Order: sequence, then C-alpha cells, then structure tokens
Amino acid sequence: MFSTFDFGVIYRSLSYLFIDGMTFTVTLTAMAATLGLIWGTILALMRLSGFPPLVLFATGYVNLMRSVPLVLMIFWFYFLVPYIGQWITGSAAPIRVGAFMSSLITFSLFEAAFFSEIMRAGIQSIARGQMAAAQALGMNYRTTMSYIILPQAFRNMVPVLLTQTIILFQDTSLVYVLSITDFLGAASKVAQRDGRLVEMYLFAAAVYFIISLAASTAVRRLNRRIAIIR
Amino acid sequence: MNYNWNWGIFWQTSPDGAHTYFQLLLLGTWWTLNTAFFAWIIALTLGSLVGVARTTPNKWLIRFGNAYVELFRNIPLLVQMFLWYFVLPEVVPESIGDWLKQLPNASFYTAVVALGLYTSARVAEQVRAGINSLARGQRAAGLAMGLTQPQTYRYVLLPMAYRIMLPPLTSEFINTIKNSSVALTIGLMELTARAREMQEYTFQVFEAFTAATVIYIIINIIVTEGMRRLERAVAIPGYVGGRAKRPSWRQRWKTRQKWRLRRV
Repeated sequence: MFSTFDFGVIYRSLSYLFIDGMTFTVTLTAMAATLGLIWGTILALMRLSGFPPLVLFATGYVNLMRSVPLVLMIFWFYFLVPYIGQWITGSAAPIRVGAFMSSLITFSLFEAAFFSEIMRAGIQSIARGQMAAAQALGMNYRTTMSYIILPQAFRNMVPVLLTQTIILFQDTSLVYVLSITDFLGAASKVAQRDGRLVEMYLFAAAVYFIISLAASTAVRRLNRRIAIIR
Repeated sequence: MNYNWNWGIFWQTSPDGAHTYFQLLLLGTWWTLNTAFFAWIIALTLGSLVGVARTTPNKWLIRFGNAYVELFRNIPLLVQMFLWYFVLPEVVPESIGDWLKQLPNASFYTAVVALGLYTSARVAEQVRAGINSLARGQRAAGLAMGLTQPQTYRYVLLPMAYRIMLPPLTSEFINTIKNSSVALTIGLMELTARAREMQEYTFQVFEAFTAATVIYIIINIIVTEGMRRLERAVAIPGYVGGRAKRPSWRQRWKTRQKWRLRRV
C-alpha cells in the first residue's frame, strides 16, 4: 500500500502547511480562547448575579450556543457579522470582514458558552465563607471578585480550561467549510492540487494527533501537580 | 439593515421541482437523526466494550483501551471523516476500494462509521468513569459471591454504572446529533447542509439558518426531556437524585423565597 506513497509532496509543501496553515490555526485558537475566556467569565458572573434579566440573558445565550452545531454557527456568523458591522458603524452597505476576523468572532462567541460553564463551576467551588470574609473586610463586589474569588476559581479550573482549549484547537479545523486556509485547509488544497489525498490527509491527522496528545498529556501532568499542592 | 426578509420562502418550490424548501429541511432533519442514531448504536456498543476493557485487571486490555481512546480523541472529527471517506478506499486492496467508492449513499455510511467511532472513544471514557465511581466493594462482593468476572460486570457493575452514567451519556448523544453536521463536508445532505443549500438557491440566509437553528433546539429539548424521564424511571433509590419526587415549581418557588440567601 505504501509503494505509491509519495513523501515528497509533504516535504515540498511543509512551509505552506506550517507557515500559512498552522500559524492561522494556532493564532485563531489562542485568540479565540482568550476572548472566549473573558466573555465566558462575564457570562458566568451574569448568571450568578441573581439579577433576573442578566441571569435570563446568560442562561439563554449558553443554552442556545450549546444546542446548535458549530458548523451552523460558523455559517451564521459568516453571514451575520457583515450586517452587524454595518449596523454598528452605520455604513451604507454590509461591512466586509476578513476570513480570520469572521472565524475569530465565531469561535470566541461559541467557545465563551463552554468557558462560562467551566468558570461558573469554578466560582461555585469557592467556599462561601471567602465571599463573606471579603465583604466583612469591607471589600465591594468588584474587588471581592477580582482579588478573591476569580483568581482562585481560575486557578482551580486551569486543567479543565486547557482541555477545552485543546478541543477548540481541534474544532478550528471546521473553518474548512468556509474554504479558509487553516492547517487542514492548506493540507486539503495541496491534496486536491496534486491529487495526493492519501498522503496529505494522513499527514494532517498525524500532526493533529501529535499536538493534541502532547498537549493533553501535559495537562494531565499539570493536573497531578496541582492536586498535590492542594 | 437592507436585508429583504421573506418568511414565505419555506413554502416555495425548490429547484428540484418536487419539494418545498420546508420539506427539504425536514428531509435534512431526517438524515441528521438517522446518522446520529446509527452512529450512537456503534458508539454505545464499542464504547462500552472499550470502557469495560479499561477497568479490567488485564494490563494489555487497559493499554489497548487507552490507545483506542487517545487515537480517536486526539484527531479532529473532520479529519477522521476525510480519512474514512477519501483515504480508506485508496489504501485497501483495489477491489474493495472500488466497491467502497461505488457504494450508494457512501457519505451516509462513512458519516455513521466515522461519527460512531469518534463518539465511542468519548463513551468509553464515560463508561470507565462510571464503573470506577462505584464503590470498590461492589466488584469484590460480586467475586466473593462466586460470580465470574464477566458475570460481575453483567449483573453487578454495569447495571449500576449505566444508570449513574445517564446524564453524561445524554449530553454525548446530543453532541452526536450536533456533530453529524460535520458530515456535510463529505456530501451528506443533513440539516445544516440543507439550510446552506437553501441559502445558496434563495439568498435568504437568515431565514434558512433560523429554521435550522430552531429545529436543532427542538430536537435538543425533546432528547433532554426524554432522557430526563428515563433517568427518573431508572434512578437508583437512595442515590443523590434517586427516587425522591421533584417538588412542583410552586413548592420550589416557596422554598426559595423562604430561604432566600444572597448568592455569590
């Protein structure tokens, strides 16, 4: 079966695959994880605020995002973002946003729903006495959250957040449906140009596998370390 | 916003001449559910076997189970679909490869297999966690009673584990339904693909996607509610969330008002 296997095609396209493709994938993953975490934390705080409109909004948002497939969301935002841009800037025609911007917005908003659930669990895992103690010291809500509760919640949840980021890294391959050149997109373009589907897709699978396995092993090790400290 | 809304579009005949767009969306829903259902059967069967293998005392079975889970969990689903669809027919002997390529509904079978194996790794993880969450004494008691290892699993461990696992399995099943949309990349005309097709023919982007979103939400609600009933029916008496009946919303509201505390 490997008699016709052409390693040359992989070697020749390495720079395209990694410099064009993997850079896009990794940048998208990192930025979407950061923005998603920020928005997700805000959503978690809304949900725990006890103020009905905010609770309702956050709950609805999270449930909506979690019941719709990511592929559909990617399509939604691809078409919706230009109109939102037009609405915000007040220009005459829908705004053109690049492929990167569109997918960054999609993944940040989508991933925020999952991060918010994680952060909510993290905040709820902090003993109630901590909140009471901070308030007894005269701290207001904002100071309590930013100095007492959130740092601990975040720290407790680091392994789960990282695992979710690995899932996000794998999910970014779905931007393929918009013909964007991420790592898989690059591999697929070379595969179709040279008629080398077998080599390119096996190589792409191997790369994803190695990166994700290394990352999840590292997270597991980190988890064990944190567990000992606690 | 200069977008022309046209909600009547669903009742117009699509270019295939036979169906309205609404019917096409329903057709897509049918394929989505079909794919998810058969993939779920594969996932549950293989996932249970692999999950059980990982809890046995046999070192080699554990290693095999771990490798299986890592393999299917660390490759994106989309890439796995491509491997089954584009790569597999090329690397098997030519006669089998040709047969695979000429198979009618090839994208459906591929999607079922790819999605089934992908999900089986996740199910295996849940099964392992479920069995490990049981008190250690359960297995020991089963063996002490003279049951063999398979009998212990069949009559003691699994009946408990499956009932504990129901909530995570529910969310895995919903994930399977959602993930079946990835199969549009290999040409399966499921719900998302139908919405996309409708958008391409009519340019009514938002109507098409809204309809698909609503259908997904309805499916989600039905599955969640159905599984909640199943959970209640098979709940283990004495466990958290066991037989005790849930108070009515009016009762819950009263209790909440009575014990109203400032929540963090």
